[in-house]
Amino acid sequence: MNIGQLDFYTQAILSMAALVGLTSFLMLGQGRLLRLIFVFAMQGFLLTLTTAVAAYSLNNHHLYISAVLTFVLKVIFIPWMLRRQVMQMNMHRDIEALKNNTVVMLGGASLMVFSYYVLHPIVQSSSVVMLNALAVSLSVVLLGMLLMISHRQAIAHVVGFMSIENGLFFAAIVATNGMPMVVELGVAFDVLVAAVLFGIFFLHIRTSIDSLDVDQLNKLHEVDQ
Amino acid sequence: MIAAYLVLLIPLIGIVYFALAGHRTDTGKLNIRFNGANFLATIWLAINVLNQGTIISSGKAFLIDSFNVYLIVLTAFVGLTTSIFSSPYMAHEKEIGKLTDRRLKLYYSMFQGFMLAMYLVLTTNNMGIMWVAMEGATLATVLLVSLYRTPESIEAAWKYFILCGVGIAQALFGTILLYYAAVQIGDGENALLWSVLYENAGQLNPEILEIAFVFLLIGYGTKIGLVPLHNWLPDAHSEGPTPMSAVLSGLLLNDALYAVVRNKMLVDGATDSNMAGYLMMGFGLLSFLVAAILLHRQKDIKRLFSYSSIEHMGLMTFAFGIGGPLATFAALLHMTVHSLTKSAIFVTVGHAAQLAGTQRIDQIRGLIKTQPKIGWGLLIGTIAIAGFPPFGVFTSEFLVLLATMRSYPWLAPFLLLGIGIAFAGLFRHIQPMVYGDKPEGQQAIKANLWPVTLHLALVLWLGLAIPGFLANWFSQATLLISGSMPL
Repeated sequence: MNIGQLDFYTQAILSMAALVGLTSFLMLGQGRLLRLIFVFAMQGFLLTLTTAVAAYSLNNHHLYISAVLTFVLKVIFIPWMLRRQVMQMNMHRDIEALKNNTVVMLGGASLMVFSYYVLHPIVQSSSVVMLNALAVSLSVVLLGMLLMISHRQAIAHVVGFMSIENGLFFAAIVATNGMPMVVELGVAFDVLVAAVLFGIFFLHIRTSIDSLDVDQLNKLHEVDQ
Repeated sequence: MIAAYLVLLIPLIGIVYFALAGHRTDTGKLNIRFNGANFLATIWLAINVLNQGTIISSGKAFLIDSFNVYLIVLTAFVGLTTSIFSSPYMAHEKEIGKLTDRRLKLYYSMFQGFMLAMYLVLTTNNMGIMWVAMEGATLATVLLVSLYRTPESIEAAWKYFILCGVGIAQALFGTILLYYAAVQIGDGENALLWSVLYENAGQLNPEILEIAFVFLLIGYGTKIGLVPLHNWLPDAHSEGPTPMSAVLSGLLLNDALYAVVRNKMLVDGATDSNMAGYLMMGFGLLSFLVAAILLHRQKDIKRLFSYSSIEHMGLMTFAFGIGGPLATFAALLHMTVHSLTKSAIFVTVGHAAQLAGTQRIDQIRGLIKTQPKIGWGLLIGTIAIAGFPPFGVFTSEFLVLLATMRSYPWLAPFLLLGIGIAFAGLFRHIQPMVYGDKPEGQQAIKANLWPVTLHLALVLWLGLAIPGFLANWFSQATLLISGSMPL
């Protein structure tokens, strides 16, 4: 594969995939909540850009609607809501000491390799570009999970949750030029409701344990102690 | 087709009405009426399907065939009886000060929201919308799990939200892969329609579909409660209000399994290998055995029966995995009887917990002496769910065993072992709760047990003799799923 020989759209998709993957790694190693939220908004912005480029190159008008939806939800609304929570809880100066940061980063890298391994069979039926795009999406999903495992703050969990959603959205855009419109609207609705519910939950968790450290949610066990 | 739209429209009106009108003393009764009206609509729909065969709506957005129509009727029926139970139950919870009017408003509105999501999962023809509705069901119930606002219930709801949300995201990735395989052969907007996919299943790329199925099984499997993705289920079932446990166990788990089976039908059409079947068998059997063992170590009565749900869902997943007409027929029957029995048990458990004032097994004692109706209800329900003849669960478990012995005889001992362990696990806990002396000061409460009687009578009927039209229906669905008639 010679990058120079590909058309503009494919080149753009490949660079976007690389950048989206990079933001996932940036989030993984981030201990400050405000910066985490900022990187998350950046990832949302990259997605908006990808969608807009796809809409322009493929002359597909409904992708413009997706781009606007993504921008409003993932660049403005969700980061704004999370930022407000951090300010209210006065957590913006806290730095979460991440345990085993090196191991987590190495784990993230192996997850990326693993994604390429899992999706390798699809090369037979499509291009290498598609493999790259799908593998990066899957690794964004898996890195989102790793982010949730390695962080203790509920806010970081929400960022992880939403970045999983970003990975899925990226896959839908690059692999299939967006899902059918009804499905995309439905997914956006679910994300919006989920974001609102998270806001309600922060309130409940705060009144219940007076903190957003989810390690303190440990009363229920699989078997009796 | 009007019937199908009506089935979706009634709960939609319900959500809006309950949210706007606020809580009044008759809201519970109104909720019964909404569910009753919907039950009638589903019967109408079922009659339509019986006369005309498979119905696809004009825009191809909805598909009703023999497989999903009986689940729709079952959903409406369990929804109706649960709402009948829930009306006095929630009123009692309010009397003892556990709930306020505002939370009851949320409860009734989201009860209808959950029902809408369930009907949408079952009726839709679009695999993407199916995912959206499945996630919608989580969103509708997550605030109900934390309805009591105790630290435990908030923890359970958070776990439910995060685990199911992350889990079901895998199913969306699977759906995207499915769509990716589909756009290579067909047009864009219609490519995710199940009816279109099913017709062209032979042309879909088998490698992509196999990868997609792994993600779909993990995603929807989280909702089914397959081990090791089951962690949220006992927590959510035990901390939420009891009517919610009844519908979660009786309906949500079934519908998640329905989604997996629909996808399995596509994968089976595209590939020659039985990869999807083996995966389901493996996960199913593991869930069945692990849940049976965990039953022994529970201290909370609702957690006890949640593990029993995981066990039965594992058995159904296993049976669908075996494939073949006999196993599929057994799995369909088991879905029905489990759903009826388990919701009846949760209703009884709710009364028992109100009677004793706690959900802890070691503090619930002497139920038969205090209030024979509740004691016997719990005992008979447990006998039914443990798979004793002549109840329907026995019939379906026996058929699963038979199918296993035919196809994979070396797995039969594991099944027998699991059934035995689960039986012991249930009865060591139930026996002292039902018999034994009653604690001092334990008073009988107002309890409405006729939903329980009705459910258990139906399960008994299904065990003694499956009525002709229902057997015919199951056979049609079996034909659709496995490709040939049972027996």
